[in-house]
Amino acid sequence: MTVEATIQASRAPMPAGLPVRLNDVRVEFPSAAGPLEALRGLTLDIPAGSLTVIIGPNGCGKSTLLRVIAGLLQPTEGSVRIGDGVDAGPRAGDGLVGLAFQQPRLVPWLTILDNVALPLTFKLVSRLPLVAARQGSTPANVGRTLPRSRPANVARILAQEALDRVGLTDAAQLRPSQLSGGMAQRAGLARALITDPPILLLDEPFSALDALTREGFDGELQRLWMDRPRTVMLVTHSVTEAVRMADRIVVMTARPGAVARVIPVDLPRPRPATLAGEPAAAGIDAAVRAALAEVHPAELTPWLDR
Amino acid sequence: MRGLATALLSLVAFLLAWKVLTVVTGTPDYILPPPEVVGERALRAIGSGLLWEHTAVTLSEILLGLAVGAVTAIAVGTALGKSVVVERVLSPYIVAAQSVPILALAPLLDIWFGGGLLARVLICALIVFFPIAIATMVGIRSTDPLLLELFRSLGATPRQRTMRLEIPSALPVIFGGLRVGVTLAVIGAVVAEWAGAGSGLGVLINIANQGLFDTPLMFVALTTLAVIGITLHGVVVSIERRLVVHP
Repeated sequence: MTVEATIQASRAPMPAGLPVRLNDVRVEFPSAAGPLEALRGLTLDIPAGSLTVIIGPNGCGKSTLLRVIAGLLQPTEGSVRIGDGVDAGPRAGDGLVGLAFQQPRLVPWLTILDNVALPLTFKLVSRLPLVAARQGSTPANVGRTLPRSRPANVARILAQEALDRVGLTDAAQLRPSQLSGGMAQRAGLARALITDPPILLLDEPFSALDALTREGFDGELQRLWMDRPRTVMLVTHSVTEAVRMADRIVVMTARPGAVARVIPVDLPRPRPATLAGEPAAAGIDAAVRAALAEVHPAELTPWLDR
Repeated sequence: MRGLATALLSLVAFLLAWKVLTVVTGTPDYILPPPEVVGERALRAIGSGLLWEHTAVTLSEILLGLAVGAVTAIAVGTALGKSVVVERVLSPYIVAAQSVPILALAPLLDIWFGGGLLARVLICALIVFFPIAIATMVGIRSTDPLLLELFRSLGATPRQRTMRLEIPSALPVIFGGLRVGVTLAVIGAVVAEWAGAGSGLGVLINIANQGLFDTPLMFVALTTLAVIGITLHGVVVSIERRLVVHP
């Protein structure tokens, strides 16, 4: 396949994400003071193509939950299933999951373009047919596999497109140390999106940004998701952000983490940054805060007001 | 340009101090020849082809020893850095090999490996090995765990992880080891020649010192070794500047 054909194929329509099912998941870490339980009895169904926000205080296992879904961590007990296939446990690096982290984790000696292209340079040839298989689709999607020849060219072209999408067109040749915090976060998001993963996990990706920049990011993320729906899980501390972004808000208990409440957010999109002022949103906002207060009565800390 | 000027100035100051020392103390030429006598001897040695003949031998030993030693050291250092088991098994031997005086070991190695260029390259490689291997191990171990997890999440193979994350991130430290290694390579070549060789700067030192009582010639050989060391060190530093991106 030629480079042009490959790129064309990569733009082919994709099914709207994959569902994720967690059943009675328990995760235990060894520690000096004995085993530490991060998650216990966590059961959660995440529909394909939904935007789910996970909210809860620090240390309640939100990041652990994402790492389990990404296959970076095996649950001590319970099961995780991705997609509708039979063998559907997550495996790190299987290409189903895109991850954006709180720290953008850019490789310091690579240019931004090469950082964003990085996921395309690992094992991709064997990876994408798997994505298609899990989605139960025909081998048409297999056409998205990069050719073994000249993969670097394809990767660079796709990376530049990904940078364009997140507004970093001119930053391609810069190094991570030359970027502002917000730009680095955009680059991290572009990298997570470049494989067009059916599932996108965002671990407080905007938490280090100031409130205004963050509102802008939320708007962009919403637009990206509406343009190309996929299963998104966003971890946050902010109730306002949760209400603006989510289809469903999952309130987690204190450690060991489990699902305390699932609150649906049935508001029209696109939702503006000023959404919080509207009565419908205010009601949901209050419900989330009430749920948090109920689960964490001793922890009515400032994060509730953010 | 300014760096060059500074270096030249420092060289002139050094030669002056040397000259003054010989004049003030009145030391005879066969103990400490003044710089101009050494310079004159150097010109004669260059003119007769004697200096180049020996320098070529030593330089090839140094370069081959450095190449063999550095490549092995980076490979072994990577294995040491990645596996605690490998480190436990190998490190006593590596430390032992480094602790045993190379001067005592060299004659044996010379016999074992046939007394030719191979033996001398191996002796040189052995002395170069340690600092580079240890530096590589330390560098590999200090790879950012967040980036390691990122590579895992992106599906990098173990080989991709090593070649594209761990070794690049260890490069600044590896170059620290290489800088020590190049200077040790010079010593290694001379020691190897002392253990048994027909030519080379180490041999020239011995002949000048003990055979001919030609102390100026010995100083010529020593100066040549120093110049080789400085040049190689400079080459390593300039490669480092090109290769290592300082964020």
